[in-house]
Amino acid sequence: MTDSKYFTTTKKGEIFELKAELNSDKKEKKKEAVKKVIASMTVGKDVSALFPDVVNCMQTDNLELKKLVYLYLMNYAKSQPDMAIMAVNTFVKDCEDPNPLIRALAVRTMGCIRVDKITEYLCEPLRKCLKDEDPYVRKTAAVCVAKLHDINAQLVEDQGFLDTLKDLISDSNPMVVANAVAALSEIAESHPNSNLLDLNPQSINKLLTALNECTEWGQIFILDCLANYTPRDDRESQSICERVTPRLSHANSAVVLSAVKVLMKFMEMLPKDLDYYGTLLKKLAPPLVTLLSAEPELQYVALRNINLIVQKRPEILKHEMKVFFVKYNDPIYVKLEKLDIMIRLASQANIAQVLAELKEYATEVDVDFVRKAVRAIGRCAIKVEQSAERCVSTLLDLIQTKVNYVVQEAIVVIKDIFRKYPNKYESVIATLCENLDSLDEPEARAAMIWIVGEYAERIDNADELLESFLEGFHDESTQVQLQLLTAIVKLFLKKPTETQELVQQVLSLATQDSDNPDLRDRGYIYWRLLSTDPVAAKEVVLAEKPLISEETDLIEPTLLEELICHIGTLASVYHKPPSAFVEGSRGVMHKRLPARTGSGEGTECPDVGNAAGGSAPEAAPSIIPSQGDLLGDLLNLDLPAVLLPLMGAGFGAAPAVMPASLNAPVGGGLGDLFDLGGGVGMPMGAYIPPKTVWLPAMKAKGLEISGTFARRAGVIQMELVLTNKAMSVMTDFAIQFNRNSFGLAPAGPLQVLTPLGPNQTIEVSLPLSTVGPVMKMDPLNNLQVAVKNNIDVFYFSCQYPISMLFVEDGKMERQVFLATWKDIPNDNESQFQIQDCHLNSEAASNKLQGSNIFTIAKRTVEGQDMLYMSIKLSNGIWVLAELKVQAGNPNYTISLKCRAPEVSQCVFQCYEAVLKN
Amino acid sequence: MINSLFLINPSGEIFLEKHWKSVVSRSVCDYFLEAKEKALEPEDVPPVIHTPHHYLISIYRDKLFFLSVIQTEVPPLFVIEFLHRVAEMIQDYFGECSETVVKDHMVMVYELLEEMLDNGFPLATESNVLKEMIRPPTILRSVVNTLTGTSNVGDTLLTGQLSTIPWRRAGVRYTNNEAYFDVVEEIDAILDQSGTTVFAEIQGVVEACVKLSGMPDLTLSFMNPRLLDDVSFHPCVRYKLWESERVLSFIPPDGNFTLMTYHVNAQNLVAIPVYVKQSISFFECGSDGRLDVTVGPKQTMGKTVEGVMVTVHLPKTILSINLTATQGSYTYDNGTKLLVWDIGKLNPQKLPNLRGSLSLQAGAPKPEENPSLNIDLKIQQLAISGLKVNRLDMFGEKYKPFKGVKYITKAGKFQVRT
Repeated sequence: MTDSKYFTTTKKGEIFELKAELNSDKKEKKKEAVKKVIASMTVGKDVSALFPDVVNCMQTDNLELKKLVYLYLMNYAKSQPDMAIMAVNTFVKDCEDPNPLIRALAVRTMGCIRVDKITEYLCEPLRKCLKDEDPYVRKTAAVCVAKLHDINAQLVEDQGFLDTLKDLISDSNPMVVANAVAALSEIAESHPNSNLLDLNPQSINKLLTALNECTEWGQIFILDCLANYTPRDDRESQSICERVTPRLSHANSAVVLSAVKVLMKFMEMLPKDLDYYGTLLKKLAPPLVTLLSAEPELQYVALRNINLIVQKRPEILKHEMKVFFVKYNDPIYVKLEKLDIMIRLASQANIAQVLAELKEYATEVDVDFVRKAVRAIGRCAIKVEQSAERCVSTLLDLIQTKVNYVVQEAIVVIKDIFRKYPNKYESVIATLCENLDSLDEPEARAAMIWIVGEYAERIDNADELLESFLEGFHDESTQVQLQLLTAIVKLFLKKPTETQELVQQVLSLATQDSDNPDLRDRGYIYWRLLSTDPVAAKEVVLAEKPLISEETDLIEPTLLEELICHIGTLASVYHKPPSAFVEGSRGVMHKRLPARTGSGEGTECPDVGNAAGGSAPEAAPSIIPSQGDLLGDLLNLDLPAVLLPLMGAGFGAAPAVMPASLNAPVGGGLGDLFDLGGGVGMPMGAYIPPKTVWLPAMKAKGLEISGTFARRAGVIQMELVLTNKAMSVMTDFAIQFNRNSFGLAPAGPLQVLTPLGPNQTIEVSLPLSTVGPVMKMDPLNNLQVAVKNNIDVFYFSCQYPISMLFVEDGKMERQVFLATWKDIPNDNESQFQIQDCHLNSEAASNKLQGSNIFTIAKRTVEGQDMLYMSIKLSNGIWVLAELKVQAGNPNYTISLKCRAPEVSQCVFQCYEAVLKN
Repeated sequence: MINSLFLINPSGEIFLEKHWKSVVSRSVCDYFLEAKEKALEPEDVPPVIHTPHHYLISIYRDKLFFLSVIQTEVPPLFVIEFLHRVAEMIQDYFGECSETVVKDHMVMVYELLEEMLDNGFPLATESNVLKEMIRPPTILRSVVNTLTGTSNVGDTLLTGQLSTIPWRRAGVRYTNNEAYFDVVEEIDAILDQSGTTVFAEIQGVVEACVKLSGMPDLTLSFMNPRLLDDVSFHPCVRYKLWESERVLSFIPPDGNFTLMTYHVNAQNLVAIPVYVKQSISFFECGSDGRLDVTVGPKQTMGKTVEGVMVTVHLPKTILSINLTATQGSYTYDNGTKLLVWDIGKLNPQKLPNLRGSLSLQAGAPKPEENPSLNIDLKIQQLAISGLKVNRLDMFGEKYKPFKGVKYITKAGKFQVRT
């Protein structure tokens, strides 16, 4: 007899039949009917219509029937809140039942019914159950607090349940302790700054005792909680490590990894000359190796974590290279991770072995894997100098196989090897050139062109080779075009006599026939350079290149430290810090030492600064960027400093006759360049707020900073005006941000190249990235900045328009929009009024589009235009908007829906700013 | 913690969903199905997928996807371990883990899932505890239930859930008291063309079947415990005693369980029981190739190697093959290009050989990749690492149990490169 019988239907309609059966007098029939209902529910059918009939079956002493009804209730109570009240009495009664199993079941189920009205009735029974004499009831009640907190956090705090929960950490029963810890950890995740898990040596001792006696899952909770503790000294640290070490032998891999996390973190505090330190290091290797013999999914997570561990402490696994060797039937995601770790562990001692393996992998079936293996050979060459020669010959062997993608991949990595060891392996160039024709991937073509240009003087027919690429110039990808342009200029500088025609050709192709601004700019720059000062051109184009670093993809040390504290979590799988915007967790605790920026003085808002520094020159409040900004833009092109005076000279010349020869007037080209730059920020461009004074001179020993933020061609920029109002020269400028809501961070250093004399002003534009550390700020768009010069460090804070975080690909598909709109709960919707706006819907939509607010659909209902719009933030959050515009009415209504409702206010401000400017 | 669970069959159909917190729309699985479409093999679907609002963590087991949805930062291993427990629970209850079985016992699976997690926190995952709460289906019981109207759900408070030994239920009684231990070792190895070991290690496991009355306290000792430098234990094993005396001391769960897994490191010499002489070659021009494989015994410690099987994934461009085996038989599936040669017992006097010609599709180039050979084998009454059980002592109970130990060695991921 199986449950499939519950799925048979009759003509009359399933629901009708079930209703009759549920109301039957016979107990057995009732139970069967409830089972049928549950069966339908499990496959996703909607049987909520039967709610009253099922709830009627609840009053029963048959435990199985009771449990079944509870299952149903939990699923549908939310959609039938009024009906769910009917069940309350039974729950309250069951909470008094002499059988602890029933008491626990009642309190557990009640917590799962996510209806506000019910939660009120839940408080009293829950309070009793938290103090119940039976530990089984107490441990169930502990979890119930977390459930209740999820539904109504305020209620839980008001009722004092959090304190009761904290008391349970000292409970005599280890299971109760573990569940209390689990519940508190979950609650703490939504309260990043609360001291819920206030750990002290006494509570730590309690946890360590419970650790030995609770279930495997409880051990995970306790270990994760322990990892947040900071021991007072190395002795305490060692004693905790000693008590945690046995967990490394647990059969549950999650317990093992959580224990590894605790040990990796606390080890930091141990002196390295301690015997115990060495012992601990030795103990860490075997469990990590064991994880690799588990199921592939477990292996994957383990490998991602091992990747972090070997970067932090390579000594742990340095002898275990072989366990990372790839088996041909490993899933691809395991293969790729293993390969990564093999390279990290590669050293002079094992390089021969590693290379033999990698060569083997290069003949495997899976193309992605083969490519990565070939790349890995190149990385070995760069990492282990002694092996470079062997790597190069291995790569040559692979090129001989003539397998197309292998050849291309090999050429890309050989280019990197050339950069690391210049003038060492040119002998292979001939072999590479033989394969020129088979290259069809842009990256490989670009690499080959780079090699030809770089070694042009040693390749007899370099001009022919490059010329052959020139034929289809416009069909090439930008990468190849740029590389080709540079390579031919290099060639020209090396062999000027034979290649004049070629260089003219490429310059005119790049500047006149191309509509790619990057290519045109580079073309003009070379052109100018070559025509004004060939010697300078040589210095610039053929300059010594900085050597490439040993390992390109190492995780930055501060991030690595943070990730080590998060071993075993999702953050460790993604190798990203747990962002404050992980949906559902309304804030994440940062597990690192606090940054030292943001002293009290600098945190005043910009308005105050403005008032104080009244004498400051008003920056132009204009949508079109001022000329200074454009110059800033140009400077961002990564030009060497040599070019600066040239720019100044050409600036402001009339725009522009197309230069026809190498002797074209200098100014013309630059004028054109200027025009180009202007085009980016023109009428439909993103809204840029006027500059305001952020740091008044009197607060910063004579340095005044004003500025604004802009988004240009997908790049976020902070545009700063620095004025020296002091008597002495200022130098050595640098800038740093505190952690902020969206991870904004400077993408490069502050480009103030010349010292800033007294009464001098400089305008700088600083490109920003959004991959910095994240911390939720209040207000959300607050940014705390520290600026340093030779005099002191100054702090200020400013607010950026959130619109600069709106990304270009923020246009949602209609269907997706519709589904998402429905999917986001109504609680997350907020409504705002925009007053005194005199645009029609068309104009508004165009204007908004300039700021990456995309109109997806428009509907007109009774003279009222409804615009549906989507916005995507740089951290992947979507905001959906509905804008109501009524002809003749200057007041718009806007509704915003977002899964992270806290951004709504900022987004609204942007709407207002964009529409009114 | 864990929000929801979806069970998905290989064609992408969701046939069970369970939510432990608020209901998550099943449309969230679309992200997973998209990833599944992209993967070449179902095994290749990435286990952790990030969607705008959720994380999807999945495992692929017994041709089914177990997909869990989480919303907050949760240790992924915790979720993956749990999903494996779900699969094991289904296997344990219904004898197999398949879509049919789950559909046949939909309500019971649902009840079990409810008992396994509360609000996403694991509640009861020990098979013993679960079985006390919800009795597994047997034909007899369903007949009795229909006649008497009693239910499958136990209604006593479970002692196991609270005691410090949650894995053992109270009041166990047997007429025949017996304890069996199987020492199973799997050799994972990669051999290169010339037969040199590139990598080898032994994954061992001690499986126990203990049917003893009352609360027996067992101590299992080995002749050569120093072999085991990397072990993980069932929670019942007292770790302190292992550290100090290298014995396994434990109060066992009732029935079948995994007592310990261990790992004999690649650094120690691992005996390789067979050698394989092979050549798979394709002629530079023309559309033919040859295959020649011979298997012979190597370090077998005097035991017979049986159940030998060679599996080869031939290149995609193969059109047909024509081979002869001197022992056993081979099958070849032209769709998947999978060649399986089932040899059986190895006879040292007469080595089995498989040879013949391979023909490529007309005009196809010489295959680029080298197929690897996968070897299966079995050796009875031998633990290839040399591990031996010394004795088993029982305390705490008066009766004399019947004891037995069995050894077996198998090939794990045993690959020969060509």
